[in-house]
Amino acid sequence: MAIAKPYLTIPDFSLSPRIDQVGVEERASRFTKRSIKKDSKMNGLKLVLNMIDLTTLEGKDTDGKVKQLCYKAMHPHDAVEGIPTVAAVCVYPSMVKVAKKALDGSGIKVASVATAFPSGQAPRDVKLRDTRYAVQEGADEIDMVISRGKFHAGEYQFVFDEIAAIKEACGDARLKVILETGELGTFDKVRRASDIAMHAGADFIKTSTGKIQPAATMPVTLVMLEAIRDFYYATGKMIGMKPAGGISKSKLALHYLVMVKEVLGDAWLNNEWFRFGASSLANDVLMQIVKEQTGLYQAANYFSVD
Amino acid sequence: MALTKKKKAARSNTIKLKFDTSWSYDPAPESKSAASIKPKYDHFINGSWVKPAGGKYFASINPANEEKLSEVAEGNEADVNKAVSAARNAYEKTWKKMPAKERAKYIFRIARMVQEKARELAIIETLDGGKPIRESRDFDVPTAANHFFYYAGWADKLEYAFPNRNTAALGVAGQIIPWNFPLLMAAWKIAPALATGNTVVLKPAETTPLTALKLAEIIQESDLPPGVVNIITGAGATGAAMVNHPDINKIAFTGSTDVGKLIQRAVAGTQKRVTLELGGKAANIIFEDAPLDQAVEGVINGIYFNQGHVCCAGSRLYVQESVAKQVIRKLKDRMETLIVGDPLDKNTDIGAINSRQQLDTIQRYIKIGKQEGAEMYESSCRLPGKGFFCRPTLFTNVAQSNRIAQEEIFGPVLSVLTFRTDDEVIEKANNSPYGLSAGVWTDKGSKIFNLTKRMRAGVVWANTFNKFDPSSPFGGYKESGFGREGGLHGLLPYVNLIS
Repeated sequence: MAIAKPYLTIPDFSLSPRIDQVGVEERASRFTKRSIKKDSKMNGLKLVLNMIDLTTLEGKDTDGKVKQLCYKAMHPHDAVEGIPTVAAVCVYPSMVKVAKKALDGSGIKVASVATAFPSGQAPRDVKLRDTRYAVQEGADEIDMVISRGKFHAGEYQFVFDEIAAIKEACGDARLKVILETGELGTFDKVRRASDIAMHAGADFIKTSTGKIQPAATMPVTLVMLEAIRDFYYATGKMIGMKPAGGISKSKLALHYLVMVKEVLGDAWLNNEWFRFGASSLANDVLMQIVKEQTGLYQAANYFSVD
Repeated sequence: MALTKKKKAARSNTIKLKFDTSWSYDPAPESKSAASIKPKYDHFINGSWVKPAGGKYFASINPANEEKLSEVAEGNEADVNKAVSAARNAYEKTWKKMPAKERAKYIFRIARMVQEKARELAIIETLDGGKPIRESRDFDVPTAANHFFYYAGWADKLEYAFPNRNTAALGVAGQIIPWNFPLLMAAWKIAPALATGNTVVLKPAETTPLTALKLAEIIQESDLPPGVVNIITGAGATGAAMVNHPDINKIAFTGSTDVGKLIQRAVAGTQKRVTLELGGKAANIIFEDAPLDQAVEGVINGIYFNQGHVCCAGSRLYVQESVAKQVIRKLKDRMETLIVGDPLDKNTDIGAINSRQQLDTIQRYIKIGKQEGAEMYESSCRLPGKGFFCRPTLFTNVAQSNRIAQEEIFGPVLSVLTFRTDDEVIEKANNSPYGLSAGVWTDKGSKIFNLTKRMRAGVVWANTFNKFDPSSPFGGYKESGFGREGGLHGLLPYVNLIS
């Protein structure tokens, strides 16, 4: 067994482990063969709901839109008892203050994207200013994007330094680092980017901005979970994980939970260490919870769309 | 910095992941209602059900709970004689004369019927043999159907199979199959035999006769001419009677090396053709540049799939010493998430050991391993109260000269050895009387070619394991037997080549 030691040595990222695509896809599909029924299904659904980051990241976002989304976050479906709240609401920096006020006292976090989301194509000082502004406005969590261009050009030191600088600017806020796996291309690169992010100070690694396809998939999430596991064994530090985009059905979300359970185990199965970046997933989960309780599926219009 | 997650071991700073979580899977059992098993089965000879000449029956039990499922006929020499005569008659009068494309249609029909009754066959396979329903459903039954489909296609194209040669069927084939993949082995035997124009007498293993008998029902329903396929049940003595019968032209056997040797002796001096697919002690080799998580998954599948009851199971792991600690840690973590339980539960990964006898054998080898000084690790899962079950087990600190590195255990037990260089591991992998299969895990393409050329194994998998296809020939070298099943090569054992 590895013994916890400080991670002062920064590895050569060009030597990060190789990942076999066929093997990853097979292992990921094996998780979907697990049959989750009865109590374990109900508990799983509630856990999924509690792990969701409700998100609105549109050019046309207004105070009104954000306030209503925050209400949904606190009251997903009052018609049924025992429904947990979601984990967080994710918005642009300009909407953080509104969200913070609307969620006051609820325990739900305010996450803000930053660093010239979603492209990340901006100079360092702009990204830092973006981050500091969001933190000042009250963000509990910052979702940054890495510089994919620099990454592909092999400038790993640049990518590393940028993440470390943003982490410093975060202060007490937790930092999620978005790798934008859809732009990285191969699992080898996803692993490499994950390793860079974790060593540079990420609290969470996140798959996607949700603005391009492909977004989160089970294989890519598996690669990142395994990176987190290796990092944990090497350093003793836990890193959270957030797949974002493309998860709109409860069944798929439950498969993700199975994957987290069988790769990382108990410690990660809560919203402090695992989140779903999703918008329409919440209503599907609510529909499934009602079905488990009553035996019937209600039509979509019984669940609010905010 | 977060420290250890184990609250009990507060003093220890060893990091260990905790897989026994508060969110666990509820039972998800497959319903037995789709499967109908008769309380008693006779032999299937000449297209109908025939009582055993000796009037005796023996029980087939469910190894997961030791309950009786059914009684099947005990075949003696008279039964074997009846079956062989039926097969001979059908060959001479009907099957030999039938146009090839008509033969193909029967085989195709059987394939379709296997697909249609897939759910029932999968459930019976799980009940009778102990393998998880997920495996029967997703692997055994579909692959069996695929073998019938594949060989149906060859029936009318035999003149193109061997350049400049034509083929002639041998006549009557006697086929003896094992208990680890009962239905699949029946398909592997019957399909090529029929496609090449032979008729068949098949004997399933005594602990797993039920899916073969269900296949007999399918064959009867398919209207295959009576006597073309005959299925008789019994144990070693019945098999011996088949092997010694003078009117059989070919013997095909899959099973243990010991019995294979007996068969080889029995047919010496006769005109009988033989193919043997016997045991193995496959080497799975992980190099330091392998994608380690995927390699570990492949190794896990290679030895714990089907409870390790696989002739080509990767039962020896050779891991390059520089990554040995990491790989062993990953293996142990993965073993913790394997679920041993009721084979009918859809979440079960490792089902029941096929019989009391086999469980005793496995436990004996585990004891030997410990006595030899190897370090044993088994997962911490709970075992069901009754039935024959064994936890996935790992031995580290194993040397080439340990018995657990040389002898076939045929259970969920992995022996881990280390190596330093390519040449060393090739020598050690080949240093076995067996030569059925092997696995190579590396990111470097040239290493794959180098190793696969020099490994003395009938099947070498690179960055994967246990991949089968009806078009791909399967079989071994040395004491793993001879002859190939599957593909074009699988036709050869059932024909004579003529000009």
